[in-house]
Amino acid sequence: MTEYQELTGKFFINGDVACAEGAISAGCRFFAGYPITPATEVAERMSTRLPQVGGIYIQMEDELASMNAVLGASWAGVKAMTATSGPGFSLMMENVGLGVMLETPCVLVNIQRAGPSTGLPTLVGQQDMMQARWGSHGSYEIIALAPISPQDIFDLTITAFDLSEKYRIPVLIMSDEVVGHMSEKVVIPHVAPESLLNRRRPEVPPGEYLPYKTDVGLVPPMAVAGEGYRFHVTGLTHDERGYPVMTADAQDRLIRRLVDKIRLNRDDIIKYKETQVEDADIIVCAYGITTRIAQFAVKMARDEGIRAGLLQLITVWPFAEERVRELSLQTKAFVVPEINYGQIVLEVERCAGGKARTILVPHMGGGVHSPETILEAIRETAQ
Amino acid sequence: MIDAMNVEEPSIEKYLRQDRLPHIWCSGCGIGPVAGCFLRAIDREEIDPDRIAVVSGIGCTGRVAGYVKLDSFHTTHGRAIPFATGLILANPELNVVVFSGDGDLVAIGGNHLIHAARRNIDMTVICVNNFNYGMTGGQVGPTAPLEARTTTTPYGNFEFPFNLPYLVSASGASYVARWTVLHIRQLEKAIAEAMTKPGFSFIEVIAPCPVVYGRMNKEPKGLDSMYYYQEKSVIRNGADPKDADLELNGPIVVGKFVDVQRPTLWDHLREVSSRAQEKAKARAKV
Repeated sequence: MTEYQELTGKFFINGDVACAEGAISAGCRFFAGYPITPATEVAERMSTRLPQVGGIYIQMEDELASMNAVLGASWAGVKAMTATSGPGFSLMMENVGLGVMLETPCVLVNIQRAGPSTGLPTLVGQQDMMQARWGSHGSYEIIALAPISPQDIFDLTITAFDLSEKYRIPVLIMSDEVVGHMSEKVVIPHVAPESLLNRRRPEVPPGEYLPYKTDVGLVPPMAVAGEGYRFHVTGLTHDERGYPVMTADAQDRLIRRLVDKIRLNRDDIIKYKETQVEDADIIVCAYGITTRIAQFAVKMARDEGIRAGLLQLITVWPFAEERVRELSLQTKAFVVPEINYGQIVLEVERCAGGKARTILVPHMGGGVHSPETILEAIRETAQ
Repeated sequence: MIDAMNVEEPSIEKYLRQDRLPHIWCSGCGIGPVAGCFLRAIDREEIDPDRIAVVSGIGCTGRVAGYVKLDSFHTTHGRAIPFATGLILANPELNVVVFSGDGDLVAIGGNHLIHAARRNIDMTVICVNNFNYGMTGGQVGPTAPLEARTTTTPYGNFEFPFNLPYLVSASGASYVARWTVLHIRQLEKAIAEAMTKPGFSFIEVIAPCPVVYGRMNKEPKGLDSMYYYQEKSVIRNGADPKDADLELNGPIVVGKFVDVQRPTLWDHLREVSSRAQEKAKARAKV
């Protein structure tokens, strides 16, 4: 890596720019996107930086094309990313499914704004959280991370690439307009290429390679185009050879593996952060920008003598279900603030399973909660 | 088959996934012969098969990717071109061929088609045009001629069709040709030219769908439907694509319409990238 390629040091930059820099540090060398508020700055930064580091930036004709170009680039062996927001996220859903089905490492950033439809293009939302999980048709698992600051989105973008390479799956960064547009200090360290994860490559000669035959674990090694493996991959249900097989048995084998490679590795994938949950009667469960307001609210509650704690979901999907289940046995209630009218709260409620109350603190979008709003919910719950 | 058979045929078996045969195409379908021309073209031109990537969308022609023993991608409906765009940009050493049908490339994927032509990106698109959605049972497509009968135009098609050579040449393609499936020699040559030419190349192949479209429009059956298209064709190399409209049971203007040298996407992209690197280096020295 030449000197000018690496941008290290302390910077005052916004979350979108930090995300782009995280991608560069993660070894991303391909970006295909389409302008959309409030994610445009990710694309703009990539259009400046990728040519400097020998990568490719291309603005596609729409988000359908962007997502597909990213998949194509990944199959040519290059780490690839796109970034969008609500309406574009909807258009990308079709090919998130193709990415899952072909087992294609890539990263999709959603700087969430408020919807539905065009909604509030310039203002914050956390309203695509269930779409992130279920937005493409079919039965599948996905990985989604929720950063809380420009520094966090830099760090989590690297994590996202590592997870996508390790598990051969599109990884979603479910950020939001406030994180995307706020400027804060971001420390960009030297990221050694050898510290990054890369997809496993086939160790057998071309004639013996089967694209979806697993050896160790549930994630098969991945060949890329142009190496002589002459493989075939399809969005149709397929067998180990990558050939279409239109039977319930083939479907059963494939879908179980696609889902289980994530579910059975959830301890490796799921990250969360806890503050003062040990003795908490009330645990605020938050993710993304809402976490930072919840931190205030929890401190204010503690100052009033209410035993409150905070569970921050860093990985939103797969959901930290074991941990919420454990916590539901030791706490009285979960308070879930989110900038929607109830999405992740449904998961918390499901996992709490009636052992602890679950209270939604919704915000319809266009702004963030005030700490007092969350504090009030904590107080009411404590009574 | 046809004349001029004294030339030795290259064996295409080595390029086929024998373990996937027999294929799913109906008897009399035009897609198989086009795939044959493609494979003979890469053999005759001695194009390194390890460097070829075939990308297909959804539909009958979309199944081509699954039968060729090459790196091949069967993607989503309409999205073969953007997938191929990612492949070629990430590895310019690849020779990327998009093989798909009229519905896939021109209806649901129409926007990607014109933008790929506009970019003049290094890619060959082979569009098998059989005027209808065969896979789903013969519905009207964006190239179906006015008055054509399909399962969703039972009283005749009331929409105007696309003239594909005109569309892609106006959008910026460097190479545009149209042949029917029985123009075996010309088609094979066209594919070879397209695959070795820098920039965006587009070949439309008029192909019968005798089971659905042909039956509903009272075309001859089986192999006769291929002869029917061949006999209807008028070779006019160099014709203005705007004069290549197709009408129901009308003449089929075929030939090589466009073969021009234009700077490709790569030409400009390389220049801009090296400029970016020079600037970054200069700044790093300060």
